[in-house]
Amino acid sequence: MIQLNINGVARDIDVDPETPLLWVLREQAGLTGTKFGCGIAVCGACTVQIDGVAARSCVMPVSALDATQRIVTIEGLSTDGGHPVQQAWLALDVPQCGYCQAGMIMAAAALLETNPNPTDDDINAEITNICRCGTYNRVRAAIKLAAANGSETNKG
Amino acid sequence: MNVTTLSRRNFLIGTAATAGGFSLGFHVPFPANAQDAASDVMPEINAWVEIHPDDTVVIRIVRSEMGQGTLTGLAQLVAEELECDWSKVTTVYPTPGESLRRDRVWGSFSTSGSRGIRGSHEYVRQGGATAREMLIAAAASVWNVPASECSAANSIITHGASGRTERYGAVATLAAQMPPPGNIVLKDPKDWKIAGKSLPRLDTADKLTGKQIYGIDLMLPEMLNAAVKECPVFGGKLKSFDAAAVSAMPGVRKVVQIDEATVSVVADTWWQAQSALNTLPVVWDDGPNIAVTSASIAEMLAEGLDATDAFAGTVIGDAQAALEGAADVVTATYSYPYQAHATMEPMNATARYSQDKCEVWVPTQNGEASLVETAKASGLPIEQCEVYKLHLGGGFGRRGSREDYVRQAVILAKEYPGTPVKVIWSREEDMLHGAYHPTTQCRLRAALDAEGNITAFHMRLSGQSILSSLRPEVVGERGHDPVVFQGLNDGGSDGAFGYTVANLSIDHAMRNPPVPPGFWRGVNLNQNAIYVECFMDELAHAAGMDPLHFRRKLMANHPKHLAVLEAVAERIGWETPAPSGVYRGLAQIMGFASYVAAAAEISIVDGQLKIHRIVAATDPGHIVNPAQAERQVEGSFVYGLSACLYGECTISGGRVEQENFDTYEVMRMEQMPEVEAIIMPSGGFWGGVGEPTIAVAGPAVLNAIFAATGRRIRQLPLKNSNLA
Repeated sequence: MIQLNINGVARDIDVDPETPLLWVLREQAGLTGTKFGCGIAVCGACTVQIDGVAARSCVMPVSALDATQRIVTIEGLSTDGGHPVQQAWLALDVPQCGYCQAGMIMAAAALLETNPNPTDDDINAEITNICRCGTYNRVRAAIKLAAANGSETNKG
Repeated sequence: MNVTTLSRRNFLIGTAATAGGFSLGFHVPFPANAQDAASDVMPEINAWVEIHPDDTVVIRIVRSEMGQGTLTGLAQLVAEELECDWSKVTTVYPTPGESLRRDRVWGSFSTSGSRGIRGSHEYVRQGGATAREMLIAAAASVWNVPASECSAANSIITHGASGRTERYGAVATLAAQMPPPGNIVLKDPKDWKIAGKSLPRLDTADKLTGKQIYGIDLMLPEMLNAAVKECPVFGGKLKSFDAAAVSAMPGVRKVVQIDEATVSVVADTWWQAQSALNTLPVVWDDGPNIAVTSASIAEMLAEGLDATDAFAGTVIGDAQAALEGAADVVTATYSYPYQAHATMEPMNATARYSQDKCEVWVPTQNGEASLVETAKASGLPIEQCEVYKLHLGGGFGRRGSREDYVRQAVILAKEYPGTPVKVIWSREEDMLHGAYHPTTQCRLRAALDAEGNITAFHMRLSGQSILSSLRPEVVGERGHDPVVFQGLNDGGSDGAFGYTVANLSIDHAMRNPPVPPGFWRGVNLNQNAIYVECFMDELAHAAGMDPLHFRRKLMANHPKHLAVLEAVAERIGWETPAPSGVYRGLAQIMGFASYVAAAAEISIVDGQLKIHRIVAATDPGHIVNPAQAERQVEGSFVYGLSACLYGECTISGGRVEQENFDTYEVMRMEQMPEVEAIIMPSGGFWGGVGEPTIAVAGPAVLNAIFAATGRRIRQLPLKNSNLA
């Protein structure tokens, strides 16, 4: 039995310890918002946050995690879609097919935690997720919008 | 997607937590059963529109939503004629089985060829207008006044003379009993209030929270999961496998041979299934194609460049004679590789089979094709089959080319009657068994006179036909695949050649290597645009003329082609110098009934290409949602430039060498240029938006590279050329 803290809830999971976190989230926890794209940590569709840091869950065996680490998935980023990154995404109507967007949003939210006003180069370096529909420019704009809204909030 | 109207066909799955006491729930489509069908009283005005007592408007959407925005656009078209309150609109997918039972009342389910809007705008608008007239007639009958004295707007019917009003929801039941009007006049698009506007998509919110259910996310009670492996060599077969070696692995239920080339592991979870499949000892019979390589395919195509057995597609005058008599002939040979669709969501399908019913849940671009495949694979009459469409994590043609994933799911479900089985392909399976963008080569020859006019132009295409693989009955014995000539036709409404040349010949030598081809977003327009537009640049250079001025002379009889080209040239500042170190290229083409052009600004520093800016123009006749059209144009440059820069499936040992995104590179944020979209609908026709601008991405950039380096890149993708 493996103990994990997923979206603030402590859970006991009965699974082969070598199972990647992605598949535990999807198949044991029933949290399908985190997506399978490549299985080799190249595309970023499976991005979640572990202690606030973006992590690609498809190659991370759950045996490498313990109950003190806070795993946050797209379902746990906010209770109502109200996270500033989600709100910026909504304002700019970013997604097309949407399949990569949970990973994009989780990566963007983690970036803004450590770097509230990222430059284009920062965004290029940190948001390496693949989108095949072609939302990159709107993802970039939404990150900047979320950053601007975040700094407005801080001022207020 | 809202599932209100199918609520009786839906149920809530509660996935109880193993610990911690939280649960989550989501809706999945639940099959209609006999009782359901018999007693179903949907508040339906007609096939396209349901209106509920609370005024909710449910618009039935038949084409699939895969990111292109058609769901929202089609709803706008219905709502426009319906005169309903847009804020009360939701959508639902009717099933292909329902359509069959109703004599295909919804028409084609096929969502490809950029036809989602242009192929159904008329009948969906008529559906909305008919429902509106029935609602008006219902209110008029209650008021006992002539319907002609009543009007409708924003889901309210008004009797002008008395000022009486009524809500749509209050008369919907009565409206459904009104005879549909015989004569419907659709609105002039200039009077549109909902269509033609940049409304936000209807399907965004759930994509931001993880709530959107894609095919791969479906969970059904007692569901089993399967991983599949087909012989990686095309045409190879399964010789043997050692099921006992994995049968004791966690969760494994069974190892199943699906067909002569494919083995599968069924397990409790997909991860267990894939893990067992990865360790399953398998012996393949590699079959007849083991010696096929990219080089052998290139050789096969090169032979076709000079062959006499070509099918003449476009012929004007006598290009051959004119070329033979010409003093100077410019010649160039281009090639274009195999490419994978690489949708972000790998192929998948879920099936449940019983003796008298087979159901499939699948992200598909063509629900009816999935239904046909379900019937075929299950062996049941099609009336006993049903398909529930789920959201697509990308399609790009792969989910409209072959229904192999449906067939696999059904065959596996037959092993477990009553129990659903979900098949998910690994990324490796997805890349090794695509429906690949076909490979072609092209030799172009042209003669110029002293004034820089083209006196003769011959274009020989050699290579693979998609239709010969997917629709051989269309191609027949003459070797004529009309899709090969996309953008190269002598006139016509879909893809007319945009230059006037007195002696023009475009022909195709069909050469079909043993690699399965399919429709790939943009299809043959993509390489045809590279061939024609890069060669036009070569000719301009040979004539000593500016590429825009050279084209202009040849395009006087093609004003719509020219208009988009002029638009991008003007916006990018073609007639003014580019910034220092920056170089420009242009391209135009017509495809999917739309006129498109692009201009690119690039620089090359230390051999590294940087694409700074793209200006793209499209004239699709009419535009239903300009904001979504802009997104399609922007996105098309990610798809088109990924193809131009990186896209290549190489063949060795009869199989594709690239298995994942580490070797099949695609464009990422860092490479993405600014894209300025010019949406310039000129009216009078309906063109597609999802695909055409892909085709001008490559040639605009390649022509800019020539401007920068003086080098012509004629072999794609670009990554194989050293720009230093």
